[in-house]
Amino acid sequence: MNTVSLIFITIGILFNLLGCIGIIRLPDTYNRLQAATKCVTLGCCSILLGVCFHFGFSDAAVKALVAIPILFFSSTTAAHALIRGTYHFGIKLGKKSVRDDYKEAVK
Amino acid sequence: MIDYLSILLYVQIGLASVCLYRIIRGPTIPDRLVGIDIFGILVVGVCAIISIQTEKSFILDIGIAWIILSFIGTLALAKYLTGKKLNE
Repeated sequence: MNTVSLIFITIGILFNLLGCIGIIRLPDTYNRLQAATKCVTLGCCSILLGVCFHFGFSDAAVKALVAIPILFFSSTTAAHALIRGTYHFGIKLGKKSVRDDYKEAVK
Repeated sequence: MIDYLSILLYVQIGLASVCLYRIIRGPTIPDRLVGIDIFGILVVGVCAIISIQTEKSFILDIGIAWIILSFIGTLALAKYLTGKKLNE
């Protein structure tokens, strides 16, 4: 049981590493938020699943299991609101972006 | 086993401090807000690993409270970015 939890935590930290590379290297606010939110949410859900496997049947496992859907839904909703606010704030897309479908939806 | 877990904890804390780079040196305001949002999620992972290392379960409560406060804070800041008041 301990090995399984360590494997889950390692997978989660690898996802977090990819998300942090994305938040440093990508050229645009939209690209940064997209890469970082996807990777970091899945990584932290995997870490919490590892905690749940480590504690077995106890109160801490239930707390970790409850925290997973809260984290999943709240972080994706916050990212959606943040990217909508960014668009209305007036940040332009990056130079390599080719299409902007949201411009027609706003009109 | 414990040593490997300590290494994972230090890596996670290092990733959370990588987000501070984007908060300090973002070119625009929304970049800083993205950094704050991602920092809030990474701290939850730090809380989870510390709860394994110390074998105490109340640190997960701190993680859940941090998730909800970060969610409300990000929603308020996104509303501020659109230029409207909070009750519109």
